[in-house]
Amino acid sequence: MFDYATLKLIWWLLVGVLLIGFAIMDGHDMGVGTLLPFLGKDDTDRRVMINSVAPHWDGNQVWFITAGGAVFAAWPLVYATAFSGLYWALLLVLFALFFRPVGFEYRSKLPNPAWRKGWDWGLFAGSAVPALVFGVAFGNLFQGVPFDLDDSMRSSYSGSFWALLNPFALLCGVVSLSLLTLQGATFLSHRVEGPLQRRTILAARVCGVVLLVSFSLAGMWVARMEGYVLESIPDVRGVLTPLMKEVGRAPGGWFANFNNFPQLWIIPVLAYAGVGVVLACIGSGWTLLSFVASSVACVSVILTAGVALFPFVLPSSTHPDVSLTAWDATSSQLTLTVMLWVALIFTPVVLAYTSWAYRVMAGKITRDYIAANDKQLY
Amino acid sequence: MINETVVDLSRLQFAATALYHFLFVPLTLGLSWLLVIMEAAYVMSGKEVYKDMTRFWGKLYGINFALGVTTGITMEFQFGTNWAYYSHYVGDIFGAPLAIEGLMAFFLESTMVGLFFFGWNRLSKAGHLTVTTLMALGTNLSAVLILIANGWMQDPVGSAFNPVTMRMELTDFAALVFNPVAQSKFVHTVSAGYVTGSLFVLGISSWYLLKGQHVEFARRSFRIAAAFGLAGTASVIVLGDESGYSVGEAQRSKLAAIEAMWETEPAPAGFNLIAIPNEARQANDFELRIPYVLGLIATRSTSEVIPGIKEIREKNRQRIESGIQAVIALEGMRKNPQDEAARAAFKAHEKDLGYGLLVKKYVEDPRQATPEIIHKAAMDSVPRIAPLFWSFRVMVGLGIAMLALMVVAFWHSVKGTFQNKPWLLKWALYSIPLPWIAIEAGWFVAEYGRQPWTVFGVLPTHLSASSLSVESLWGSIAGFVGFYSLLLVAEMYLMFKYARLGPSVLHAKTA
Repeated sequence: MFDYATLKLIWWLLVGVLLIGFAIMDGHDMGVGTLLPFLGKDDTDRRVMINSVAPHWDGNQVWFITAGGAVFAAWPLVYATAFSGLYWALLLVLFALFFRPVGFEYRSKLPNPAWRKGWDWGLFAGSAVPALVFGVAFGNLFQGVPFDLDDSMRSSYSGSFWALLNPFALLCGVVSLSLLTLQGATFLSHRVEGPLQRRTILAARVCGVVLLVSFSLAGMWVARMEGYVLESIPDVRGVLTPLMKEVGRAPGGWFANFNNFPQLWIIPVLAYAGVGVVLACIGSGWTLLSFVASSVACVSVILTAGVALFPFVLPSSTHPDVSLTAWDATSSQLTLTVMLWVALIFTPVVLAYTSWAYRVMAGKITRDYIAANDKQLY
Repeated sequence: MINETVVDLSRLQFAATALYHFLFVPLTLGLSWLLVIMEAAYVMSGKEVYKDMTRFWGKLYGINFALGVTTGITMEFQFGTNWAYYSHYVGDIFGAPLAIEGLMAFFLESTMVGLFFFGWNRLSKAGHLTVTTLMALGTNLSAVLILIANGWMQDPVGSAFNPVTMRMELTDFAALVFNPVAQSKFVHTVSAGYVTGSLFVLGISSWYLLKGQHVEFARRSFRIAAAFGLAGTASVIVLGDESGYSVGEAQRSKLAAIEAMWETEPAPAGFNLIAIPNEARQANDFELRIPYVLGLIATRSTSEVIPGIKEIREKNRQRIESGIQAVIALEGMRKNPQDEAARAAFKAHEKDLGYGLLVKKYVEDPRQATPEIIHKAAMDSVPRIAPLFWSFRVMVGLGIAMLALMVVAFWHSVKGTFQNKPWLLKWALYSIPLPWIAIEAGWFVAEYGRQPWTVFGVLPTHLSASSLSVESLWGSIAGFVGFYSLLLVAEMYLMFKYARLGPSVLHAKTA
């Protein structure tokens, strides 16, 4: 159907689609979780917030799980090298995520206030920590990660967990945390009413401003940073391993794709436009539009980072030549083809029943609704 | 050389997290279909008691489901964190069913579970039943795909080694999906889940009947669970995994180890009911043997010979010697891709490549493998006997015990006399833990029995692990076990509390 090079490119896009799907879908329930202890002034408020995402958070989390599975299937070396190298960063995300299923399900099963408060903070950690760490991870991709590959493709990592928490990576963490919290706040503003809605709108504005500032700062930082540049690579239509190319470093190298294809600048511009629409409209009742605009910001911010890095997926700071790219860290042509068919068939099905589920559960969640369905709701 | 402690700790961590995960999955598998049956009864009869049953058992389902999801997140990523070389070496094949599971099964299950809990007043009766059915379907589909992945580790079909990329690659997707080992594993595993769900409902219903509470509710629950449980138990035993062991050569060493069968015997081989295996002597110190039975169970024939452990080890020794040539030739090809002699040598020994890698546990350079090292590697090629022998017998013994319970429960359920039989109700109540013990023992047999391989005949376990530090592993093992144990305590507390409250919790104003 497609030649190998096209398949490799399609799979770079598909992994991007999964990450974007994660940010839009799981992002909004993580945003709600992050805001939970701050916007929910009493137990009923917090139950309103939790129940706005209660029927959907589990389905949304599958975007994350599936992204993990897709990286395994399409980029086995990335899955192997990144997750074993960034061992404690990934475990931190997993341990934080553990709080979510149990937090949602168990919190309101007992009336004890200490029990409920404890799980509220658990839901906060399960939402804010992953949202932060994803940005930190991207920040480290821009700087390169210290790993090597031997000639049997065994990877070894020579960095420490603490080195991941450098200033640029933390700035990227602020970008992702404010992005997903904005996503949660705009979603929540559409699903709740009254004083809680007013607090939500304020939160959305704060997150929007923080996002604009941190995204701009990160962009300026990247412009001065030494990027990675592909100096030579065999024909990308062939069977490649990461040991066959040469990689150099150049100041501003991460802007090469934007400079070569200036029409790509539309992507970061759309990020500003999305946040701008949120700031302009959320106060005047355009809550659904704000959520859509925030989702556009999710797409644009992630694509901006992806396009800047392309074709690099996991650059190596200590051995740049073995950096993993979308051309040489992929699965075989047959696996990519089979998995493309699977994705083409099932993604529309997933989107169809997910939107049906949102339609079934549509409408404002009110304090009265919580009181009337005390035993059925989270 | 790869640090042996790191490999052992990685195995320990995988075993601990998988065994934890598998405390919750089987109940989800079984209970989801029981919910479908109960809700179908509600939709067809219109009786509120069936709706109460669906919702109450659904509440317990949710308490269990939450930890299934929690412990499941780990499994999706742990191949990368702790088994990086495995992930590189076989990700081209193994990653596919995992990704498909997400797209095809997890999304369905996880989206529908939300509507199952919160959609009661927003969907029609038929609409909600459809949601419950799709949720059960998603759960079971997920088991299909995981067992396709696991089945491939037991019998790696549809794939070939690529010397350029230094990994196994997919050659036949249909062979991967329709792997007979995966199919028999799927039927066996989901049936075990059905038994777990049934015994859970049967036991708790019996407790209500013993207490004289919620009698109508408990009677109907008991009957459904007894019927479904009998079907599940029969299926789990008749379609037992053992039929799969004879399918490929892959499972022969596991079968011989499970049966503590040292010598190849004339067909049909006898079955050791009890044995005290002695690894040093390669013989049993004691055995109680039933003639012919093993041959009949394992091969379904009276003429097929089952090889004994000693014969398997001797054959493997020869394959290791041949495989060492493949490893050496492969290194030559990596240094000089134009080396025709190395190419020819690799071609000649390629099918034994995995066996050649077995000596890397003892020497970095396979050229230095002495006959002693080859002998040690050949001894390793069959896992230790006693743990497999006994865990298999625990599993089978409990299976038979549960079959007996289900037969009696079903008999009295048909006659309508079960609620007057306190001994039966107590028997069912105290049997609740049995399926969990049997299932964990079964997991152990399947995975420990595959040793020393992660992928049978292809990739040894000791090469599969990530290059992590011993400290990191101790830290993460402590983190997982500690965190999971705390969550398990919370889960058990809520489970007991809600089971005690019973269906009245659905209607009470305050709990």
